[in-house]
Amino acid sequence: MPPILTISALSKHYKSGQKALDGVDLTIERGEIFALLGPNGAGKTTLISIVCGTVTKSGGTITVDGHDLATDVRSARRAIGLVPQEIAVDIFATVWGTVTFSRGLFGRAPDPAYLEQLLRDLSLWEKRDSRIIELSGGMKRRVMIAKALSHEPDLLFLDEPTAGVDVNLRRDMWALVRKLRDKGVTIILTTHYIEEAEEMADRVGVIDGGKLLLVDDKAALMRKLGKRRLTLALQQPMAALPNALADWSLALEDGGSRLVYSFDAEADDTGMPSLLHRLGELGIAFKDLDTSRSSLEDIFVGLVERAA
Amino acid sequence: MTRGLNVHGIWAIYRTEMARTVRTVWQSIATPVITTALYFIVFGGAIGSRMQQVGGVGYGAFIVPGLIMLTLLTQSISNASVGIYFPKFTGTIFEILSAPLSAIEAVIAYVGAAATKSVIIGLIILVTATFFTEVHILHPLWMVAFLLLTSIAFSLFGFIIGIWAKNFEQLAIIPSLIVTPLTFLGGAFYSIDMLPQPWRTVSLFNPVVYLVSGFRWSFYGLGDVGVAASLGFTAGFMALCLITLWWIFRTGWRLKP
Repeated sequence: MPPILTISALSKHYKSGQKALDGVDLTIERGEIFALLGPNGAGKTTLISIVCGTVTKSGGTITVDGHDLATDVRSARRAIGLVPQEIAVDIFATVWGTVTFSRGLFGRAPDPAYLEQLLRDLSLWEKRDSRIIELSGGMKRRVMIAKALSHEPDLLFLDEPTAGVDVNLRRDMWALVRKLRDKGVTIILTTHYIEEAEEMADRVGVIDGGKLLLVDDKAALMRKLGKRRLTLALQQPMAALPNALADWSLALEDGGSRLVYSFDAEADDTGMPSLLHRLGELGIAFKDLDTSRSSLEDIFVGLVERAA
Repeated sequence: MTRGLNVHGIWAIYRTEMARTVRTVWQSIATPVITTALYFIVFGGAIGSRMQQVGGVGYGAFIVPGLIMLTLLTQSISNASVGIYFPKFTGTIFEILSAPLSAIEAVIAYVGAAATKSVIIGLIILVTATFFTEVHILHPLWMVAFLLLTSIAFSLFGFIIGIWAKNFEQLAIIPSLIVTPLTFLGGAFYSIDMLPQPWRTVSLFNPVVYLVSGFRWSFYGLGDVGVAASLGFTAGFMALCLITLWWIFRTGWRLKP
């Protein structure tokens, strides 16, 4: 079976000369959750929009489920569902009306049983006869998801699915995405919430300035780039680091009241026990100790800064 | 369904567009009917009663085809332009653009719905007219043909305006600044033979003259220009719109960045 999505050498420059995408190569495997991370204006939405057909590309090729998006548009597009960033829906239509519209638009024969189940899964069934204008913001977002899923796509794009969404709905969405993945739907989501990628994704791609900076397994990425930090709250603030501690990569924070040691999370010898031992020898007392593992966020910031 | 038409897709749009008409029935249907009734009272009743016959037809009856044409043009343009402009304005067009729907299918659905409405309104006005004056239709088949052709051609034109318009002002500017004057000067209320020269010749450059003339011929067998010219003009205008639309969808002009 071909990969669900293959993008090669995709580029997009606007007439203004702005390069939104610059030679992006990306392959998405069937059944994975892929998170595309990047700051605002990085090219995330442009990438999604080109695959979904709402923005024209300047160069490159895209195949969806083995169908070339340029020559076999119909089959390619039928496989795709898109939940856009903004809520854009005919607000005077009913929930039921709009999902049946979407299903028909994508060339599928009516299937009320499927749509009923879909609306039930999204807690929208009770609201099926309500006009969209009467629904809350969270409900409207669910309607957008229902519309995107109404034609049973194999590949679902979620563009910033939880931007401006409360905590409960965010948890609900994450649960829903996992459920979809279990049903075999491949999911590509863009986000600038690293927490979201960390929570959900199997693989992560980092995009900035229209270039894909890296694509990796989330776990591998965190292993490879992850750092651990040991923070000691000192009894007595320190003006400068003593030479006796030069073997460790240390830093003073908070005006010398905190001693911070960063080390490779995966190394055999972390250097932590020996550091504590040496501190004891030097008579440097501390009242508290804390260790933390860097999040995807730190990794991401590091990457984007390095690229800049 | 890789090959063949996306029938479900066409039907989904067509049905939604028609449902919009039902939702706004007063604006869509009642307004043109009331407007036309007013025209009949003013031009047909008040002024028409003091006018002699035009080409052997009473003035009230004479203006019926012109009035239908007037409404047909404005309604076709406004229905079709709003039909496509509104999704652009609200952003819901993303769904149409991302759907497995070809340009032809989108045009069939949107223009088909707009033209259907126009034909319905045209027929309603025709029926309304019979309450005010006696109407004869000499060539019913040609009458229907002109009705359909004009509705489709000007719905196509409206569709193009809807894609072209970047705001509500632009949406209104062509209908009000170009189409309405052309229709009023297009012989809806008079025969261009009644005009002094050089205005009679100038009128021959007004495309609406050909539409009204052909349509009036199908009623009473008389027209300012030949039927062939009328038919040729309508078909030519339709072809021009189709070519423009083909280019728009090929390039994504004003639709996709």
